[in-house]
Amino acid sequence: MARNESLTGKIDWITVMLYAALVFIGWAVIYSSVYTDEGKSIFNATTNSGKQFQWMIGCVIIGAIILIVDSRFYVTFAYPIFGFMLLFATSVMFIGTVVKGQRNWIHIGSFSMQPSELLKFSVSLGVAKFLSGLNVDIRKWKDKWKIFAVVFVPAAIILIQGDAGSAIVFSVFALVLFREGLEPYFLIVGAAVITLSVMALVLSPAIIAAALAAITALLIYQLKKKKKIIWYIVGIYLLSTGYVFSVNYGFNKVLKSHQKDRINVLLGKEVENGKDWNIRQSIIAVGSGGFWGKGYLNGTQTKLKFVPEQSTDFIFSSIGEEFGFVGSTFLVLIYLALFYRLLYLAERQRSKFSRVYGYCVVGILFFHFLINMGMAIGVAPVIGIPLPFISYGGSSLLAFTILLFVFIRLDTQRYEQMR
Amino acid sequence: MSKDIFKNRYNIVQAIIVTFAVIFVLRLFYLQVIDRKYVSLARNNAVKELDVYPTRGYVYDRNGELIVYNEAIYDLLVIPRQAKGIDTVKLCELLGIGKDDYIARMATMHSAKGFSSYKPNVFMKQLSLKDYSRLQEYLYLFPGFYGQVRTIRKYPHRCGATILGDIGEVDDRQIEESKGYYKPGDYVGKSGIEKVYEHELGGKRGKKFVFVDVHNREMGSFNNGYFDTIARSGDNVITTLNIKLQEYAEKLMANKKGSIVAIEPGTGEILALVSSPGYDPNLLCGAVRGENFKSLLTDSLLPLYSRPTLATYPPGSAFKPVVALISLHEKVQGINYTVPCNGMYIFAGLSLHCSHHHPSATNIQYALEQSCNPYFWQTFRNAIENRAFGSTGESYGKWVELCHSFGLGIRTGVDLPSEVSGNIPTVHYFNKLYGENRWHSANIISLGIGQGEILVTPIQLANLYACIGNQGYYITPHIVKRITDPETNKDLTRHYEKHTALIDAEHFPPVVEGLFDVVEAGTARAAHVNGITLCGKTGTAQNPHGDNHSMFAGFAPKDTPKISIAVIVENGGFGADYAAPIASLLVEKYLNDTIQTSRLPLEKRMMEGNLLSKYGVKTNKTLKMNLEGE
Repeated sequence: MARNESLTGKIDWITVMLYAALVFIGWAVIYSSVYTDEGKSIFNATTNSGKQFQWMIGCVIIGAIILIVDSRFYVTFAYPIFGFMLLFATSVMFIGTVVKGQRNWIHIGSFSMQPSELLKFSVSLGVAKFLSGLNVDIRKWKDKWKIFAVVFVPAAIILIQGDAGSAIVFSVFALVLFREGLEPYFLIVGAAVITLSVMALVLSPAIIAAALAAITALLIYQLKKKKKIIWYIVGIYLLSTGYVFSVNYGFNKVLKSHQKDRINVLLGKEVENGKDWNIRQSIIAVGSGGFWGKGYLNGTQTKLKFVPEQSTDFIFSSIGEEFGFVGSTFLVLIYLALFYRLLYLAERQRSKFSRVYGYCVVGILFFHFLINMGMAIGVAPVIGIPLPFISYGGSSLLAFTILLFVFIRLDTQRYEQMR
Repeated sequence: MSKDIFKNRYNIVQAIIVTFAVIFVLRLFYLQVIDRKYVSLARNNAVKELDVYPTRGYVYDRNGELIVYNEAIYDLLVIPRQAKGIDTVKLCELLGIGKDDYIARMATMHSAKGFSSYKPNVFMKQLSLKDYSRLQEYLYLFPGFYGQVRTIRKYPHRCGATILGDIGEVDDRQIEESKGYYKPGDYVGKSGIEKVYEHELGGKRGKKFVFVDVHNREMGSFNNGYFDTIARSGDNVITTLNIKLQEYAEKLMANKKGSIVAIEPGTGEILALVSSPGYDPNLLCGAVRGENFKSLLTDSLLPLYSRPTLATYPPGSAFKPVVALISLHEKVQGINYTVPCNGMYIFAGLSLHCSHHHPSATNIQYALEQSCNPYFWQTFRNAIENRAFGSTGESYGKWVELCHSFGLGIRTGVDLPSEVSGNIPTVHYFNKLYGENRWHSANIISLGIGQGEILVTPIQLANLYACIGNQGYYITPHIVKRITDPETNKDLTRHYEKHTALIDAEHFPPVVEGLFDVVEAGTARAAHVNGITLCGKTGTAQNPHGDNHSMFAGFAPKDTPKISIAVIVENGGFGADYAAPIASLLVEKYLNDTIQTSRLPLEKRMMEGNLLSKYGVKTNKTLKMNLEGE
């Protein structure tokens, strides 16, 4: 390919089209969730759909600016942007406004936003910048500590602000680090910890301890010749048993009751009447959509407000109800196409910075998709994070757009080596 | 840059992403395609079935006068969520309630079962149109408050409570019997024709399917009303009542216990039916119902008791025409049969007295006029000792059968909710009392003058005189003349049976003549009205608990009777004291539409006649309530 092609020729239009498709689907569904028989226009600025339209115009402008700015700007200013956002997010703890128990909104005039959304973007830049540094080897503990700090310090700030949902998103950087050489056992241990946690909450810890003991005994019997491995196995056994008991203790003593309820709902345990309302109504909405759906603007669950937060966190329930299995699967496929396209783009980058950043983009979008849609269909815990490009809300749409378009811009200069 | 040794991890990341995507699609397939329960769950969430209540049918009198209709009243509802920051002082002032009352009502509402601050809750029940229109002007000041129209029954003539009945909340038994049609809180007829004609008057409920939102607010019609059914209004009922006569009859019975039943003999149509003391039927409508019902229920004068169909009295002399007719029919004596009377009747060692001195009766007509007891003892004896029968039991059995053919001792079948059959003692009864074949006419001689075990209800008595007036038949007495479907005008009237007395027609004229003489010159001279050929018989029912019951039964005019009437005034003394004059006034009013000037003092005396002291009460509680009603 010629290097001196015009900018528009170098833009990956497939990604842009997938992005635009998601944004327009979101806009239409937001209109449906606020639609009443009064027949207000989708552009009516007093409704959510009208406001979302204004944000969409904002995104076109921001997207254009991002594409005009030289890629090297993002590389060069990665750390300053990262540092500035970190300071900004910290300041929110003192000057922010409390909304729904979370001090993470900032108001400047009539404009309000959540800095935590943009923090994900700046951390992506920071991670990419660090990993693309010369002689950085993630397999060395010296570098591990540094990269962990880049990820976990912002996560901790968000957690302190009370937004546990957004903080959890940062765990997805493990996937990025894995791609860049982090040892697989981090992922394996992570998966094991999640499995053990779920089991510890579903079953009694004593039963799990007994089961683990039985497995350990079996393994020792099988491997009785190899003394060294036996000690490892015993060590793992003691660690996991201890973990199971501490999870149980932590769940009962440390977590707040609404957090416990959310987990209990997910695990299918009995909860106090009404606590599982959101999730139940969302599943009913999706399930009642059937194969073809009830048709656009015909969803009763969402239109009659049975599903709460229907244009933000639970927007997928509207899609499931009105467009059915066909529409839902179609949406999953659009996301899958976007993720695959972005992974493909990331892998074709000459510059390590761009590749790492690309993985960060995929990771963040994927994690939101996973949690948000999983929650709406009852396979993920109720964590209030938006569905990328679809959920109503200016800051999230803007932040995801910035996140994505910076990568699209980086991709236009994929043959250049950037540090 | 060094060779990327982790390139293969690209595929692992791809695999992780596609794995979760597949899990989601499978989960979606399960939720949306395999498990179909969510469709009905969503439907149950969003679609509610509401009842649409029909308006109850109207009731008219025989002349088309409206006697029962529905009046709009208003329940004041409030949606608490919308009623924030209102001027409660002003609201209380408009409603005429105190601040404490306001707070108490709000508190009751909040603690009610199923309370929701999004839903309309009843703040104040049953405001009259007058009170509501005063409030309505200012209702815009109180967001969240609004009126909901309901209807209650209204009785403009304030009379006829026993006949018209009342409506109240359905009870558990009715709910069960209706197989799910009635629901708790529904209103149904509880007495009178409201109860008997519930099916017709009540109409048929409709159904409406609406969308409701999460706060249970109506959000429009489901499926454009495709599944809705329209409520069918109740049928209009035209009664046989003459409401003017009814009103007049109730006035005459003021401060007296007793009954009046007036029937049109040719048709069996009930013209008036009074149970005294009565009450204003409006007392049992609307907000005041509960309290008034309790008060009426505990009243010692039993205003809720339907005397015309439930109270039984020995008919006394009013029964004598039946005794005469049976003996004439059985041919045990002729018209000119003579019984000497010197005030004493000696029979089987008994010496019985006639009520007064009069020349001996040489025919049945004069015997009736003088109401001669010995004559009717003997007449009854002749029928019982009839040699055509093998035994007393057989002859008495025949006598009972003939009594039944006059509608005595059996239910008349009137279209009112409860009725007793009175009593004509049976052969079996006397066999048990005395032993089989061990009783004869002497044991039962008092039946001959309507005393002893014989009991009749006022409606049976009026019906009996209708039968005599008709000279041999009666039609089942009834209250409802015609039922029409207000939408289709279809005639839904019930058919009423004609019953024939088992007496040969030739025997009636002398008896009718006798009854005519009773009023002209006999014991019921007090009931004589110039220009009206009233026939009838007084009765003085013996009452072991106090003064005798005053009784009169008759019909007029003599040849083509237009009205038959029975009047019973409890503890009213002789028949001539109260019952006969009251009956004559009613007959005069009905036939002439006016009372002769010369009889106005009599009318006044009857209306003002007060027997309350005889019932052990000072004032008529119910009557007082009636006056307060307006």
